[in-house]
Amino acid sequence: MLYRECGNYKDTYAKDMAIFPIPFDRWGLGVMLVLAFLVIPFTTSDYWLSSIMIPFYCFSLAALGLNFLTGYAGQVSLGHAAFMAVGAYASLILYSRFHVPLLLSILGGGIVSSAVGPVFGIPSLRIKGFYLAVSTLAAQFIIEWILTHWKWVSGGVFGTIDAPDLYVFGWILDTPAKKYYLVLCILVLLVVFGKNLVRGQLGRNWMAIRDMDVAAEVIGVSLFRNKLIAFAVSSFYAGVAGAMVTMAYYGAANIEEFNLVLSFHLLGAIIIGGMGTVLGSFFGAGFMILMPIFINQALLVFLERVPSDLRANSEAIVFGGLIVFFLIVEPYGMARLWHTIKDKMRLWPFPY
Amino acid sequence: MNQKTEPLLRVEDIHISFGGLKALNGVSLEVYPGEIMAIIGPNGAGKTTMLNIINGVYTPDQGRIFFEGTERPLKMKPHNVAAMGISRTFQNLALFKGMDTWCNIMVGRTQKMHSNFFSQGVYWGTSQKEEIEHREAVEWIIDFLEIENIRKQPVGMLPYGLQKRVELGRALASEPKLLLLDEPMAGMNLEEKEDIARFILDTNEEIGYTIALIEHDMGVVMDICDRIAVLDFGNKIAEGTPEEIKSNPKVIKAYLGEAEQA
Ligand SMILES: Nc1ncnc2c1ncn2[C@@H]1O[C@H](COP(=O)(O)OP(=O)(O)OP(=O)(O)O)[C@@H](O)[C@H]1O
Ligand SMILES: [Mg+2]
Repeated sequence: MLYRECGNYKDTYAKDMAIFPIPFDRWGLGVMLVLAFLVIPFTTSDYWLSSIMIPFYCFSLAALGLNFLTGYAGQVSLGHAAFMAVGAYASLILYSRFHVPLLLSILGGGIVSSAVGPVFGIPSLRIKGFYLAVSTLAAQFIIEWILTHWKWVSGGVFGTIDAPDLYVFGWILDTPAKKYYLVLCILVLLVVFGKNLVRGQLGRNWMAIRDMDVAAEVIGVSLFRNKLIAFAVSSFYAGVAGAMVTMAYYGAANIEEFNLVLSFHLLGAIIIGGMGTVLGSFFGAGFMILMPIFINQALLVFLERVPSDLRANSEAIVFGGLIVFFLIVEPYGMARLWHTIKDKMRLWPFPY
Repeated sequence: MNQKTEPLLRVEDIHISFGGLKALNGVSLEVYPGEIMAIIGPNGAGKTTMLNIINGVYTPDQGRIFFEGTERPLKMKPHNVAAMGISRTFQNLALFKGMDTWCNIMVGRTQKMHSNFFSQGVYWGTSQKEEIEHREAVEWIIDFLEIENIRKQPVGMLPYGLQKRVELGRALASEPKLLLLDEPMAGMNLEEKEDIARFILDTNEEIGYTIALIEHDMGVVMDICDRIAVLDFGNKIAEGTPEEIKSNPKVIKAYLGEAEQA
């Protein structure tokens, strides 16, 4: 019995309602944190830190933001990448033009994005499902257009702003490891905050709206308030993720990076990773980052050199195929598979 | 029941039509504090429509609605009606399928929870205190409805009768002044019906809630209700105590008429 739910009796509701009520989960989380803070930065190459771990963390945060909106509150969005772009541009403008301190700039990117999100969330008060998806698509196009054509924002050069050196409290972040820690710390703070939100009354209201909106409303859940908060929180997370990925990974805000394809990828990531779970956002983002690398490696086994169109096509096929697979077979994604494994371990080694 | 007291809820001359169909045609009803009142009538009579109007899901074309003696606008957002103290269960199961039993019931307390967004995010201070306090209230309801053993099960997997019970719990959680139940026993076997009837009576007598319910099972209605209103094709054709209704020729005709069609 590796995974035990019973046997540890909770004598108060406070303990039952702790963030991770089960010791195994607490230990698991502890191990992950030790790995992230103490092992990975010292055992992996700079390439791994800067090209895999940093984007993985950033896209996990973005996926988490989308999961709040789509997985928890049930509002489909195809404009998530655009909200990342808003955060990216806003933070970079604050940092490089207005010389706002780095952490405040990143926060500012999130805040600007969270102000824009609800504007595009207003249609959700009237329409749902497919039609809402189409109207969030408008967000993607409108924001992309504004960011490329509004000279003051984009600086006029193909919508690109370069990120200057990063300083935190006068300390320069010049190595991948330092940037890695910046991203990791912000990620951990926001994940804890988000986890608390979704397991509290706000999260329950969101899920109520997702599962049965008329009943939720009659029971006392304000659709207006809770949906708009979902858009605001979701785009805040997107904005911070966009700011971080720009500053710590791309090195420049470039609208091309935040196009519709990324919006689709993020949606695919949470479908594969697990809708309506925090963990699923990580699985999904990890998948999104690692799959192309695996496919490339796999193709190299058969070919000397992988033509880029073949690689791109195989990525699309595998990604699309998996989305269909999870939608049909396991709508709760990899996070649910993980749950099933834990269920098995709970009984292990007894098969009944 | 003292009919002289001020009604808790009074709807007056309610009209609503869907397309060409007049679903309610000038219906007036009162619900008095402390009573269990039943709305009965053949299929399609407009019973559920009436509840939807009271809840603000539909806006009537005409009429007036008074709650606790003051008139409220005809058009009102359902969550604002909930805030006034009206709660509801649904004819077709309307639970939040992705959540556990206790979370479903906890949603019923949403109007009572006020800790702000940031406090919820850090889960510290007011928000933690509030969460535990309301969890205790939810546990009280879980005990009351005898569903302790399913408190952490996802509701989608529960048998029908238990789902209905959880839905009752969710409605109770808001501690309403008026509880509306739309066919709380539909599709249940005798034993399950008896359980629900007992819970309804206890809710009324022990907790003191005022209840208006819709039910097709005449036996149960006659047993547990103080007063009955009968709707037929969007009109109220009778109102009175169970004895009066039983012997009312119009009611007998409406029901026999239905039996003939069937
Ligand atoms: N949203 C709607 N759109 C169109 N017609 C509706 C709508 N809601 C109710 N109706 C119609 O209004 C009439 C009354 O329906 P209602 O659901 O109130 O009946 P009921 O008395 O609850 O019947 P039952 O015992 O079958 O539940 C029916 O003819 C129904 O088809
Ligand atoms: Mg009905």
